[in-house]
Amino acid sequence: MTLVLQDISKTVAGQTHIHNTDLTLQKGTMNVLLGATLSGKTSLMRLMAGLDKPTTGKIFWNDADVTGMRVQDRHVAMVYQQFINYPAMSVYDNIASPLRLQGKSKDEIDMAVRKTAVLMKLTPHLDAKPLALSGGQQQRCALARALVKDAGLVLLDEPLANLDYKLREELREEIPRYFEASGAIFVYATTEPEEALLLGGNTVTLYEGRITQFGKTPEVYRRPCDRITAQVFSDPPMNFMAVQKAGSRLNFEDGQSAPAPDGLADGHYTAGFRPHHLEIHRRHKTEMEFKCRLMVSEITGSETYLHVEHKDERWIVQAGGVHDVRSGDALSVFLDPAHVYLFDGDGALAAPAGFGRGA
Amino acid sequence: MSISTAPRRPWINPKALVMIAYIVFLLLPIYWLINMSLKTNEEIISVFTIWPRHLTFANYKTILTDPAWYMGYVNSMIYVVQNVVISLAVALPAAYAFSRYRFMGDKHLFFWLLSNRMAPPAVFALPFFQLYSSIGLFDTHIAVALAHTLFNVPLAVWILEGFMRGVPKEIDETAYIDGYAFPRFFVRIFMPLIASGIGVAAFFCFMFSWVELLLSRTLTSIDAKPITAVMTRTVSASGMDWGVLAAAGVLTIVPGALVIYFVRNYIAKGFALGRV
Repeated sequence: MTLVLQDISKTVAGQTHIHNTDLTLQKGTMNVLLGATLSGKTSLMRLMAGLDKPTTGKIFWNDADVTGMRVQDRHVAMVYQQFINYPAMSVYDNIASPLRLQGKSKDEIDMAVRKTAVLMKLTPHLDAKPLALSGGQQQRCALARALVKDAGLVLLDEPLANLDYKLREELREEIPRYFEASGAIFVYATTEPEEALLLGGNTVTLYEGRITQFGKTPEVYRRPCDRITAQVFSDPPMNFMAVQKAGSRLNFEDGQSAPAPDGLADGHYTAGFRPHHLEIHRRHKTEMEFKCRLMVSEITGSETYLHVEHKDERWIVQAGGVHDVRSGDALSVFLDPAHVYLFDGDGALAAPAGFGRGA
Repeated sequence: MSISTAPRRPWINPKALVMIAYIVFLLLPIYWLINMSLKTNEEIISVFTIWPRHLTFANYKTILTDPAWYMGYVNSMIYVVQNVVISLAVALPAAYAFSRYRFMGDKHLFFWLLSNRMAPPAVFALPFFQLYSSIGLFDTHIAVALAHTLFNVPLAVWILEGFMRGVPKEIDETAYIDGYAFPRFFVRIFMPLIASGIGVAAFFCFMFSWVELLLSRTLTSIDAKPITAVMTRTVSASGMDWGVLAAAGVLTIVPGALVIYFVRNYIAKGFALGRV
């Protein structure tokens, strides 16, 4: 089973939602669509599902062209961010409805529904109407309907975004397990890099209707192919600073320098580093020191986000623990050169951070 | 400390007094109608009595046994039901299209629908009369039902569109993904979701058709003569038959009251055309 998008694009009322895109998804894989809101995640999913017709290009399912096929005949399942169930039917009938449409026998349906209900912990609620359930249970009901169908392509459009975070953590662990056995192709849209890392599999990073990178999730995280991908796959967003390579040295601002990676041409580059690699205390001698001014600090439980200003750039420092610092204070931040990515003038990755260290 | 020192309540709440007065004024005409319907003609004309001195059900008996009277109700019922069915059957798909699709001129068309109701029915009495006479529809139930759809379809579309807009589009899409074809989705999943809207739309269609007098009187003569027309034409040689007329009035109120009772909980939403 494969899903191939061949030179797909989508234009609505003169606005391009998806730029020309090629993508091949393999059987039994979890594919995370990662991107900010309006980056085209949902548009791409709707094209995959067949809810929208692509403006150009073709879609192949198992080498068969399914571009103009009715969504009813596509054997896909989809779960939305909103909890979408059929309010007039009981939970049992909700789960049973795709099977009834497939013309399965009554016993077969009953068995499948009860099995799925056990998995989704919905057994006590089978006679209830979906709107009488809590948000998490409603979404479970929607997931059960997608699961019971045994579709080859399962599309999950930010399924956990409307849940509170306890439930989200619980379901985030459960979802991949439920669907693993089915061997279907999974597509999971999310805005959170953290969620992509937790789900594993492959990641497709999207930015303004373009796929910027597709690959194994850790690989995309460690070696983002360009500045935009690095920014999309970093939360809080990656920090940047102009650097210059001259000879064997890489000259940073504030008179700091570090050994340059091999095989890099002399010239101007942009250095990128993740917020959690900036320290507010020196740990090693090799760390470079930058003088900044604190703008805002946010304490999020066990961590503190320090928004600092360095010359014209604004950076975010993710510091462990609770730090009591006042806005306007002068502050030194420290950066280990091993964590630095280098991007060239076009934004393409010139040199990754030492393997595993940039992450 | 207990609250034993609270001031003693007056024996009747002044607010209640206002309310009672209001209700009395509201109900007075209806009471008087019922009062008349239970009297004899002599009593109605000759003396002023708050309640019937000689209680009689003869007036009701006249209506329920004389075909000229009770067929009026039957005729009214037939064209009202026809009208409600036709109006809903036409308005449901139209409202769905307005709520789900964008097409050229959709907003103008939608407003134009409602502007249909701005014309008084009298305007259409003449063209309908001439048209129906020439194609042999005059004095049939369907003639009146069709004439009323001119006013009821726009109203039903407006009400239903409001209710349908409240149903997320994702439900439609989920149903298609699950494999529902459109007709089955519409009947099995969509219509139950807007059941109250359908009820409210049906109620408004019923009400308009039931009380409308001018078109129904113009387009009928004998076979499809509605009760409202029968009532206005009952002047016999011996003068007005007050008691029977009053009884007919009472019986005409009953169906409307019954329908209102059943949809009372949805009426507010219906008046806001579903946009609550």
